[in-house]
Amino acid sequence: MAKAFGEIIIDIDKCKGCELCIDSCPQNTLALAPKINQKGYHYAIKVQDNCTGCLNCALVCPEGIINVYRKIVK
Amino acid sequence: MTNPISINEVPVNPEIIQDEYLIYKKPSTLTDKPFHYCPGCGHSTVHKLLMELVEEIGIQSDIIGVAPVGCSVFAYDYMDIDMQEAAHGRALAVATGVRRMLPDKYVFTYQGDGDLAAIGTAETIHAANRGENILCIFINNGVYGMTSGQMAPTTLAGMVSTTSPFGRDVKTQGYPLKIGELLSLLPGVAYVTRQSVHTPTNVRKTKKALKQALEYQKQGLGFCMVEVVSNCPSNWKMTPLESLKFVEEKMIPFYPLGDLKVPGGK
Amino acid sequence: MGELKLMKGNEALAEALIRSGCDGYFGYPITPQSEVIEYLSREATARTGMVVLQAESEVASINMIYGAAATGRRVATTSSSPGISLMQEGISYIAGAELPCLVVNVVRGGPGLGTIQPSQADYFQATKGGGHGDYHLLVLAPYNVQEMVDFVKLGFELGEKYRNPVMILADGAMGQMMEKVELFEQQTRKTSFADWATNGKPKDKERRIITSLFIEPERMEQVNLNLQAKYKAMQENEVRYQTMNTDDAEYILTGFGLGSRIAMKVMELAREKGIKVGLIRPQTVYPFPYQVYKDIAPKVKGILDIEMNAGQMVEDVRLAVGDKTRVEFYGRMGGIIAEPDEVFNYFEKVFLGDK
Repeated sequence: MAKAFGEIIIDIDKCKGCELCIDSCPQNTLALAPKINQKGYHYAIKVQDNCTGCLNCALVCPEGIINVYRKIVK
Repeated sequence: MTNPISINEVPVNPEIIQDEYLIYKKPSTLTDKPFHYCPGCGHSTVHKLLMELVEEIGIQSDIIGVAPVGCSVFAYDYMDIDMQEAAHGRALAVATGVRRMLPDKYVFTYQGDGDLAAIGTAETIHAANRGENILCIFINNGVYGMTSGQMAPTTLAGMVSTTSPFGRDVKTQGYPLKIGELLSLLPGVAYVTRQSVHTPTNVRKTKKALKQALEYQKQGLGFCMVEVVSNCPSNWKMTPLESLKFVEEKMIPFYPLGDLKVPGGK
Repeated sequence: MGELKLMKGNEALAEALIRSGCDGYFGYPITPQSEVIEYLSREATARTGMVVLQAESEVASINMIYGAAATGRRVATTSSSPGISLMQEGISYIAGAELPCLVVNVVRGGPGLGTIQPSQADYFQATKGGGHGDYHLLVLAPYNVQEMVDFVKLGFELGEKYRNPVMILADGAMGQMMEKVELFEQQTRKTSFADWATNGKPKDKERRIITSLFIEPERMEQVNLNLQAKYKAMQENEVRYQTMNTDDAEYILTGFGLGSRIAMKVMELAREKGIKVGLIRPQTVYPFPYQVYKDIAPKVKGILDIEMNAGQMVEDVRLAVGDKTRVEFYGRMGGIIAEPDEVFNYFEKVFLGDK
């Protein structure tokens, strides 16, 4: 069975901490960082290594700052 | 600049961070300017979807946009295409001028509920009734955002705003206006659909609707409106996630999603 | 010699719009200028492919002009006083966004719904702003049907030269009267457009943005300074006026448009009686020909300004001459056109004493 391995890169300096990505992630891969960025927001980060590259976070991210990578391994 | 990779609590897999595996990034048709919208606002999501389509269809040189007055007044700061800034409510009159001069280009307006459904109602109805071959993107969040939270024509009955502090009283303040249903009655209107961007599925559907509307415009079918039921966390006095819940539980039951009119159909 | 025709002012103006290679007309009917949109609806599209669209209101038509002018095309609208009042918002935006276009006001009596008869009571509105913000239109004031034609061509040229809206400040009499007119040749419509025009982002070039919104005060002030520099250039280069019999004149009659037409008759009456009367007729009321009044003031005994309003241009005349000579005013309002006899009687009374 094919398995999808995902990876995301968030441009954290542009993150406004709205949590929409966190809420949309079916894998609970994301969470808000305890630190704040230069805008003063807690930003989204990856906290689990279980991303499948489903795109949900990137689709709902209003800032368009999440790049998503996906590799299918058969 | 912080290295975005290094801040994660778990390391990234460099084997996957390869161009060949990249399946999503911000479209090149959006400028690098960070959006001025509040955290969690649906406006920028819709900007993003539209510009993704402009990139995918390859029409960056063939589309002219008209920005409104309201929160999205600076839409032209983000969309890397030729754009015009209209007076409050007049976007569809301005777009009519553009459309009539440039019959072969794509023309769209991007408007909020105050702009389109209050001060610009006459321009909206008549552009639609003339069947102007224009895509009107209508962001309905039931509130005046830019002026910080006054009642809009689309504000729900009983909904609190700064000018309906005890909840909208329909007896004295009128009823929420369903502009989509209204326009769907006009023969010049080809396509009216109501979508939302509050879940990943709905984001996909909104993009599909926008793509459909651009296709209809290419076919010269007439006026198309994509209404997006959206949120306004700041003026609804909610967190972004609470505002999405409000969209789901309060806005959508009153403004049901789906096609209100399709070409040749209902 | 161009084609000669006997034409009504409004129809001659419409014909001039077609002949000037105008790309689009957006208007809304209002008396006394509805013949313009009627004539264009009959004639224009078949002859040149020009777009003619009846809008739902003057608010819409001026904003259609905004959108169409922003594509770099030659566009025009016409209306009369109440309609022009409705357009003021759009005109301010057009001035702010620096879009060339032609706006014609065939003035009728006001205020309010007023009367459909001729008036010149919109001089202040046309020359001193009208809408919000520090802006000016370049304003041309025709005094006969020939200038209703010539100023269309000139208006488009000046608008494009300065990237500024141009107004033709006519009146109900100019619109409705018939006169012999010489028409200029049909101009071809433009095929290339200014760099700033929003026609679709050129490949490998910056996108174009047409806006009057500049939220940073420093930027907004700079935009205003640029506008002021433009208005100064207009004042230096575009002042147009006509003088008659000024060489030996002891008195000057003045007025714009309809008022100057009456003044010409009054001048004839005076000259018949041996009174040395000359005439100054501004053709541009913005920029106003201050200098010609200033120069002549010390040489004459008085100036009589004739307008179909309560005294509007006379303020500019007084500003020009200061205390160098007497300035008197004769006006009629409410759509009444002054008779040359009554004006001459007034002239005799104020300058020559009671008979």
